[in-house]
Amino acid sequence: MTTKTKKTTVVEKKLISLADIVIHAADRSKDPMFQIPIRALSNVFFNEKKGLIEMGSKKQERSFFNVGMAKRFMQTVLVADALSELQRADLTTSLREIYYRTKHTIKDSHENTFDAQDESDPVIEDLEVSLATLREELHVSAENRGSIVGPVVFGDDGDRVDCSKLGKGGYSVPSIVEPEYLEIRRCTADFVLLVEKGTQWNRLSEDKFWRRYNCILLTGNGQPPRGVRRLACRLHEEHRLPVYVLVDNDPWGYYIYSVVKQGSINLAFESQRMAIPKAKFVGLSSADPERYELPRNVGIKLNEKDIARAKELLNYQWFQKPAWQVEIKRMLASGLKYELDALANKDFQYLTKKYLPRKLKEKDWLD
Amino acid sequence: MAQKKESASDPESKSSAPRSNHEPAAKTKAAAKSVERVTAVEMGARQREISVSEFFTKNRHLLGFDNPRKALLTCVKEAVDNALDACEEAGILPDVTVKLEVASNGEPVAPSQASRFRVTVTDNGPGIVRQQIPRIFAKLLYGSKFHRLRMSRGQQGIGISAAGMYGQLTTGKPVKIISRIGPKAAAHFFEVQIDTKKNEPLVHENKQIDWEQPRGTQVTLEVEGKYQKGRASVDEWLEQTSIANPHVRLIYHTPEKETKEYPRTYHELPPQPREIKPHPYGIEFGMLLKMLQDTKSHSVSGLLATDFCRVSPQMADEICKAAKVSPDAKPRELKGPVAETLYKTLQETKIMAPPTNCISPIGEKAILSGLYKQIKGEFYTAVSRPPAVYRGNPFIIEAGLAYGNRPGDHNKPQQPAMPKAEGEHEEEDSELARVIRYANRVPLLYQQSACSTFKAVLSTSWKNYGLTQSRGALPGGPMVIFVHMASVWVPFTSESKEAIADYDEIQKEITLALRECGRRLGLFIRRRERAASEFRRRNIFELYIEEVVDACNRLKGGTLPKEKLKAQLQKIAATRTGGQKTDQALGKTSTGPEGLPHSIIVTAEGVEGETELATRVEADQATAAPMAESDLLDSTRSVDGPALKGESTKGTGVKTSPKRTTTKSEQIALVAGRPGAKKKSDGKSLKPMKAPGPRKPK
Ligand SMILES: Nc1ncnc2c1ncn2[C@@H]1O[C@H](COP(=O)(O)OP(=O)(O)OP(=O)(O)O)[C@@H](O)[C@H]1O
Ligand SMILES: [Mg+2]
Repeated sequence: MTTKTKKTTVVEKKLISLADIVIHAADRSKDPMFQIPIRALSNVFFNEKKGLIEMGSKKQERSFFNVGMAKRFMQTVLVADALSELQRADLTTSLREIYYRTKHTIKDSHENTFDAQDESDPVIEDLEVSLATLREELHVSAENRGSIVGPVVFGDDGDRVDCSKLGKGGYSVPSIVEPEYLEIRRCTADFVLLVEKGTQWNRLSEDKFWRRYNCILLTGNGQPPRGVRRLACRLHEEHRLPVYVLVDNDPWGYYIYSVVKQGSINLAFESQRMAIPKAKFVGLSSADPERYELPRNVGIKLNEKDIARAKELLNYQWFQKPAWQVEIKRMLASGLKYELDALANKDFQYLTKKYLPRKLKEKDWLD
Repeated sequence: MAQKKESASDPESKSSAPRSNHEPAAKTKAAAKSVERVTAVEMGARQREISVSEFFTKNRHLLGFDNPRKALLTCVKEAVDNALDACEEAGILPDVTVKLEVASNGEPVAPSQASRFRVTVTDNGPGIVRQQIPRIFAKLLYGSKFHRLRMSRGQQGIGISAAGMYGQLTTGKPVKIISRIGPKAAAHFFEVQIDTKKNEPLVHENKQIDWEQPRGTQVTLEVEGKYQKGRASVDEWLEQTSIANPHVRLIYHTPEKETKEYPRTYHELPPQPREIKPHPYGIEFGMLLKMLQDTKSHSVSGLLATDFCRVSPQMADEICKAAKVSPDAKPRELKGPVAETLYKTLQETKIMAPPTNCISPIGEKAILSGLYKQIKGEFYTAVSRPPAVYRGNPFIIEAGLAYGNRPGDHNKPQQPAMPKAEGEHEEEDSELARVIRYANRVPLLYQQSACSTFKAVLSTSWKNYGLTQSRGALPGGPMVIFVHMASVWVPFTSESKEAIADYDEIQKEITLALRECGRRLGLFIRRRERAASEFRRRNIFELYIEEVVDACNRLKGGTLPKEKLKAQLQKIAATRTGGQKTDQALGKTSTGPEGLPHSIIVTAEGVEGETELATRVEADQATAAPMAESDLLDSTRSVDGPALKGESTKGTGVKTSPKRTTTKSEQIALVAGRPGAKKKSDGKSLKPMKAPGPRKPK
């Protein structure tokens, strides 16, 4: 536990500034108001030069004396208070614990400050963007949802973690991978392969794919969490490793790739630290079924939601490259999507032995 | 049945006599010729008159004696109806006492287990002349009300004698009557039974006795029955009777030896209804033929002008002309097609609606006072429609509403605000409204869904008035809907007088009355919601200010002058929520329910609307006699002091108002809990309707 003598951190100062807003407004008989950058498609733009999604300058005002916003306002102050408590105590916690910490029944009423976690999570994101602070800096972590294996050595809390000696299970990627928390001591790999699904990552890890191709295997089990994205980014930036992304062939897979590459709409302000503009899409491409002779019967019919989502992607600025338009339209035209798992139809080790080797040899990827 | 007959202790019981007389005969005949065809002659030998009493012995369900529980109610009802009819006709404010006792021979039986009851109904009415007593109580279809067109509870002249006959059939006991027509006259005691075959009274006992009452009638019946509280019980019926008859003082001694008193809260007798002649639209062709035969008039036009209402001599002549009948023609000579033309012409002629002084509505004020007295709510309203006519019979529809939970009632359980877990929400009230139906001031407890009033309630779009309502269902919410039909002849769907038949005219009137009530309720609900939303607005800020100030203080390391920041924010809140204006919307400064005639609104601050009426009801209740001790124990709602922690607001049906009416003890508690009258700006005195406080010993 830290003591009171500890100096007030920058983050804590930012949090306290919220209280100052309230106090100053009250002194002037004004409605206290926070300015919160809008986290939506309407307030992001694609910086083509940097290859990043960046946040615009549109802000929303959250004022206290407005019936529609009063509760949100109160919640924002409560969360700020809880976050500053974390700073003072130098503790890291989860989104869920913040929810429980700030939840209570308001005096003399039936009303709870928060009814569910989906009310407190967005407030934390609001604070991240308005205070221009990373969640890691706020000492809030997400789930540890990610695995890594390959020729890389970390220093974690003073322990040496050699990811080439951790069997097929690998190392579980922490949610905060900033240099202060996780040190990359040595890295001899040639590239990073980021796999969408844990099952495929298991296959590759078991088959020791990383040893044959001297690469790092990384997965986030679905949409990669911040820790995984940030780690991939660090390996790319600090060790100049190319990053290849392997996802299912469906709109969701494309989107995962785009988040890794350009950043997400919701947290566009973090693109700088997370996005890997040079990441490449190795597959599964809508051209692969033909090229790799996947039978039609292992495809899945696109549902209405898939089609709508794909059409949305076609409109995103960062999918305007002709190759990408072809890629997505081809999927729409075929009316089918394919899972990585479908490769097992040919052979259990088809992915390791045939598909990836050929892809890498032919440099068959999309940028 | 057989067992009961044996157990009848009275050796002179006549109940089994008629059966044993004809049943064996019928059986032997049927057995002998069971396979053969019956000839007309043989059939003729078997054809004979059926006495009305015999008929009803076999068809007692037609009169409301289908099961023991209902039979007990019917007995009470017939006797009370008669008592009230008689008092009102004689211009006496009714004091009626109903006593139910378990009649056991030997061991005491719990009321809920007992199968035999003694029903005694006493009134302060005009009494009955000695010679008439046997026939009134022991002859079916004998009465004073059938042959006239005038509004009364009783119509057919069957009621009390049928109840007597039912008693005779099930217990073998005669009906006991005491009646006295004035302080100077003697009180006569009678014991009578019906000769069910001849439909004639048999007098067992007849003597003069000493009676403490100067005037009135007492009927005692011993009947097979079942006593069970709740829906369609004697208790409910009496309670509802008291709502529609606030001019009656009713005392009820329950079989459990409690005494409930329903005080008189309206001190005027309903206006005397006048007797009227039939209206031409109300008769059928056969009836006209009969009138043509029976009339005392010597000419057709004379008959039309004197035997019908609303037909002037001049109009009579015109009708004759239109029907191509000589106005001077002898009525008795009018037959066949000519009479038929006359009938058609009568129906086609535009004739003024019948006079309506033959019916006496309860009146909006009296309905309000009745509802307010018996049902706890926040909003009351009553509508009396102008008279209308169905089939030539004038009638009046009245409707009323009692809505909401009285402020004190729902504040109480809210105090211990239980923190809510994730996914938990405020419990929603799924309670449905309750309909109470009346015909000529008599509550109708059975056959609700067959009743025209109920159908009209269902077909009204309560959603328009701010209530919830699923398709084809009753509206939701704490509400009692009151519907009354007053008429010279209420069209029941059966002899047991349980449901009002569907006539378009009736349905339409009920709907109009309900809509007007609904409209007023809608205004009230909207007004209240508006106030509530302003209140909530201000409340939201009040609530959150505390949280925001505390959090800011912690952020600032606990160094903040908290009270100052709080005061500053509160000031901003007050100006932002419209300050004074909100107070107005909250009803804190307004006077009376504008646009809501004949309504009472009860708020935490007091009573609005017909304040005088409301205060009078309370005053009356306050002066009423104390009740039996057991009654106090029975009252679950009012006498508990501060709310019990964790006590659920649901569960006990008694708590949700306005579901149950108040018993005596609750009324007193209600008054005793009031800390004294407040003055309103307009000078009207207001009594705040606070949650009933602890009962003061009287
Ligand atoms: N308590 C009473 N005091 C004075 N008169 C009475 C009393 N009870 C009955 N009567 C007279 O006895 C008559 C017969 O009563 P009964 O209940 O049999 O028939 P009803 O009231 O006329 O019609 P219904 O069958 O619809 O009740 C009444 O019409 C009334 O004149
Ligand atoms: Mg009667």
